[in-house]
Amino acid sequence: MKSIGKNMWIWLVLLFLYAPILILMFYSFTDSTMIGSVRGFSLENYKTLFTTEELIQMILGTLLLAIGVACLSTVLGTAGAIGSFYSRKRTRTCIELANQIPVVNADVVTGFSVCILMIAIFHIKKDTYIPLVIGQTALCVPFVYLSVLPRLRQMDQQIYEAALDLGCTPAKALFRVIIPQIVPGITSGFMTAITLSLDDYFVATYTKPATFDTISTYVVNATKGSQTQIKTALWALSTIIFLVVVIFVVAANRVKAEDHSK
Amino acid sequence: MKYAFSRKQLAIPYAIFLVLFVILPLLVVIFYAFTDGEGHVSFHNFLAFFASSKTVGTLLYSIVIAVTTTLICLLIAYPTAYVLAKTNIRSGDALLLLFVLPMWINFTLRITALKEILTLLEGNLAMHPFLNTIVGMVYDFLPFMILPLYNALVKLDDSYMEAAQDLGASRRHVFLKVVLPLSVPGIVSGVTMVLLPAMTNYVVLDMVYNSTYIMGSLIGSYFSSYDWHNGSVISIILLIIIGVSTLLSNRYTQGEENGRVGNLR
Repeated sequence: MKSIGKNMWIWLVLLFLYAPILILMFYSFTDSTMIGSVRGFSLENYKTLFTTEELIQMILGTLLLAIGVACLSTVLGTAGAIGSFYSRKRTRTCIELANQIPVVNADVVTGFSVCILMIAIFHIKKDTYIPLVIGQTALCVPFVYLSVLPRLRQMDQQIYEAALDLGCTPAKALFRVIIPQIVPGITSGFMTAITLSLDDYFVATYTKPATFDTISTYVVNATKGSQTQIKTALWALSTIIFLVVVIFVVAANRVKAEDHSK
Repeated sequence: MKYAFSRKQLAIPYAIFLVLFVILPLLVVIFYAFTDGEGHVSFHNFLAFFASSKTVGTLLYSIVIAVTTTLICLLIAYPTAYVLAKTNIRSGDALLLLFVLPMWINFTLRITALKEILTLLEGNLAMHPFLNTIVGMVYDFLPFMILPLYNALVKLDDSYMEAAQDLGASRRHVFLKVVLPLSVPGIVSGVTMVLLPAMTNYVVLDMVYNSTYIMGSLIGSYFSSYDWHNGSVISIILLIIIGVSTLLSNRYTQGEENGRVGNLR
């Protein structure tokens, strides 16, 4: 009796979370221009998605930006985490405090403040993409830092010392001893940075060049307009993104489960 | 002199980055908030914010939206997380994945999907701006509330509850005196995950045609009219709210990681 109630609840919440996405996915394969009116099967939306120059550029731009920002964040955050881990306590506390700022701050404030810094103080134009990359990196690095740090704490510190005693240079020991041990932290930091960049609307909207759009800024603008062809092509994009996310999450979880069972 | 590498030096680039692009922007915002157009120190912008019924109204409306969203998220997420945490461990983790998976899908696309459904159900979205905003916010933030609650509840040792029951506590008492207090860190980090974004995420409002402003929309509109002084004032007010709530929540959640992105364990 009790468990029926529990199951019902779980299903209701899942229905709330997934019904909109699944219904949209269904309609992305039809020629309807609004949901609720069932018409014939059609792949027209997918054709529009993959043949409209504007859409392709927007998608590729978003992906390229996410990868660039994630690489930059990963290098900076990993080095920062290793460096601060071996620094004096005061230095580490300072870095950790500053690192917390973008984590707790509202994205609107992060985007707005980076933008006025860039324009008013550094006189760097948004067209250079520098404000956008820096802004998103400021949003992402703290999470790389936070995912690398616990791995450093778990690491056996004596292996590094042993490598030095055996004649390894500190730089070589860093790459041969420390980095290999913190790879899981680095990978998860990288993935976090990708996700944050892909999901970001606020930093992008304040710092991006006027001619460039990420998926988020494009979708927000598209919903204000009335171009039904673009609107339904975005349904197709949602479908693809949903499927990619499902595959990624399931695969990542498999890998994790295998790691645990080892 | 020979250059000697040491591990500490790796912190230098990141420290410089943090100073330049995290701390300096905040200083610039503080500067703009407390100066007028000619660069003179002025509190006028702040006084104007609290003197205008329009901007104070925006602050209040943001708080109402944020608190309502947070409460509803909590009411939905708590039982969900509890059920997930109490099912056997393996399937609990797999089920959790289903609930947090939406975190990884672009939120503008998710809100678009929700908007289509709401349009189908209601016809004209503009008829219920407050309701639609709350539904949109809850839809957007629910996974972020479920994850920290699950992480707190899954750590809860069943023997505490059994002990309380053996000592004669009723089910209600077991929940109120044992389960609820022990899950406070999860509640606090879930609340911070939802409350502040709900005050600032004006995209949700825009997408469901709610034309009332929240704090985030104010920054957006000052920004597009190049009014950096007033935009900075709003940022400072938000920063104060964020600072206070972070300090408050740190008392309860020491050592808890931030769940902004689904870090599954």
